[in-house]
Amino acid sequence: MKKTYNIEVDCAACAQKMEDAANTVAGVIEATVSFMTQKMKVVFEEGADPAQVMPEVLKACKVVEDDCDIELE
Amino acid sequence: MNKKQKTTLYRILISAALLIALAVTERLVELPTLLLFALYLIPYFVIGYDILRKAVKGIAKRQVFDENFLMAVATVGAILLGLFTNGQEGGFEEGVAVMLFYQIGELFQSVAVGKSRRNITALMDIRPDYANLVGEDGEISKEDPDDVEIGSLILVSPGEKVPIDGIVEEGTSTLNTAALTGESLPREIGEGEEIISGCINLSGVLKIRTTKEFGESTVSKILDLVENSSMKKSRSENFISKFARVYTPAVCYAALALAVLPPVVLLLAGYDPRFSTWIIRALTFLVISCPCALVISIPLSFFAGIGAASSNGILVKGSNYLEALSETGIAVFDKTGTLTEGVFRVTDICPAEGIDGADLLEIAALAESYSSHPISKSLKEALTEQNPDADLSPARTTDVEEIAGHGLKANVDGRKVAVGNAKLMKLLDLTVPTPEKAGTTVYVAEGGKYIGHILIADVEKQGAAEALKLLKKSGIRKNVMLTGDNEAVAKSVAERLGLDEYRAQLLPGDKVDEIERLLASKNPKEKLVFVGDGINDAPVLSRADIGIAMGAMGSDAAIEAADVVLMDDDPRRIALAMQISRKCLRIVHENIWFALGVKGICLILGALGIANMWVAVFADVGVMVIAVLNAVRCLSVKK
Repeated sequence: MKKTYNIEVDCAACAQKMEDAANTVAGVIEATVSFMTQKMKVVFEEGADPAQVMPEVLKACKVVEDDCDIELE
Repeated sequence: MNKKQKTTLYRILISAALLIALAVTERLVELPTLLLFALYLIPYFVIGYDILRKAVKGIAKRQVFDENFLMAVATVGAILLGLFTNGQEGGFEEGVAVMLFYQIGELFQSVAVGKSRRNITALMDIRPDYANLVGEDGEISKEDPDDVEIGSLILVSPGEKVPIDGIVEEGTSTLNTAALTGESLPREIGEGEEIISGCINLSGVLKIRTTKEFGESTVSKILDLVENSSMKKSRSENFISKFARVYTPAVCYAALALAVLPPVVLLLAGYDPRFSTWIIRALTFLVISCPCALVISIPLSFFAGIGAASSNGILVKGSNYLEALSETGIAVFDKTGTLTEGVFRVTDICPAEGIDGADLLEIAALAESYSSHPISKSLKEALTEQNPDADLSPARTTDVEEIAGHGLKANVDGRKVAVGNAKLMKLLDLTVPTPEKAGTTVYVAEGGKYIGHILIADVEKQGAAEALKLLKKSGIRKNVMLTGDNEAVAKSVAERLGLDEYRAQLLPGDKVDEIERLLASKNPKEKLVFVGDGINDAPVLSRADIGIAMGAMGSDAAIEAADVVLMDDDPRRIALAMQISRKCLRIVHENIWFALGVKGICLILGALGIANMWVAVFADVGVMVIAVLNAVRCLSVKK
């Protein structure tokens, strides 16, 4: 399953860090962050619940970049 | 500017004023170092508190080695050095100034990037906000396009965007399709015609019966495609992010080595170690090394390039394709629908001696008027084009006798005529000339005498020859045409358009084999592009390095299968796409070499002690500003 989220991040390097961090979270096959469109696209593993995975992704992102946010519906 | 940026601007102004005031006072009045230190800390904290906070947080979370850390270490180091050497080395002024310039650079970057982001998204702003739903009782309500069901009736007033694909049920108007195709000429639309979302209604009120949901409509598909395009990263972008991951720690260790090793060596050799000199050099080194210029300008270039392409009706599905496009060496074209119109037209009228050409065409058109064959259609079209008042009434043609596989005999205005192919002429025992040009030949005989022939062929698209020439000019090595047509037709089209090679009489499956063969023959570094009209081309489009589909207005299959989608079917857009990609890649490479070059030189100068903090600030902030401005150039397209 694929989902796209709006994000808030200030610099391109920080977006890169968010991407790296999101990719380490369990349940995520691949995460891509576009600084330009301020969006994060996440491909979830089979059976993973985005509602449970995404808060973990946000947490992981906050560790590497304090000044970021992901809009989780 | 948003709120965050405004706050930063005020902080910059306040600390700049304080810094200047302090620098002037310091030169006029003798002040004790400790007091100066305390005074300089005021502008320093005003300008740098967030950087310091982020650096501390980063260290606490074991995320060292980012630009906040670099800046914090460099400035704190400079200020402390000033304190301990009584202003001999480093200094308060430099420390505050470096932080100040860093923030100016960050502010500039965030404003410039934000602005170009908005510019680019505005170019692609075709999202309709609402749909005017016509209820059962004729009442009109504004609805979210997502909530409109298939088969609903919607109303589009002049000036509004068409929100959902459908069929016009009432009204005629002209449409502005510029947002979709880059074509500025308005398009006419009337009752019963299909209308696609994303166009802007210009003149009349239209009532449209929707045939798709909003999510399946053209406009949604295009938006989805464009928004996802920056997710597919190019090799250059991946290179930069990998590079930054290795580079920043490497520079930090290098700076540490620079601060420690030379003084230790000097000390052991019995010289004055001059610790403070080497520390200040190491700090300078750190300031120079910030990778921001690259990290920001490369994705920005690609994003701007993709934006520029979309505003010209060229949808590129990812930065990787934009990059690949610039490396194209071989371009392969499908003939029908790509280089030619795919519509049969009368291309030549050759009357026999003593016969009038217009008369010949009229006889042929009338004789064939009962047939629904495409040839009959093109004859009729040619006739009405030549003479708009031509009388095509069926009563003029009588006694039609069809001879299958040959043609027909008929009575036109009382004249006995035979119209058909060479076999029919043979049947009538007539000798006819062989036409010099390729195409389908229609022979006409009257009263047992040959009176001329008419040539019908698929005509080349306007601009096809020009497009191929432009492609050659922009670095394509070989233009190849594939077609299912016969050798003679293929040869004549290839010669007229100036193609390097052609392959004729290919079955759809043969095209994939042909692509395989071409792929095997190309140089390892170059890319192969296939251009088709998206109909029956899907396997070939996906087999080529880059598949370009033309004339995507309304064809979902083409949008799915291709990597680059041209919204209209003008072949010159291929050349334009190529130009945009080459310009974008040139700018990307310029930025990479420029940033690495300037930084490399400054790093060496800094290590040798020739470059001071001020040079360092230029190498960081100045390079970034220039790189960002350069990247924004990708947005403009020369036509």
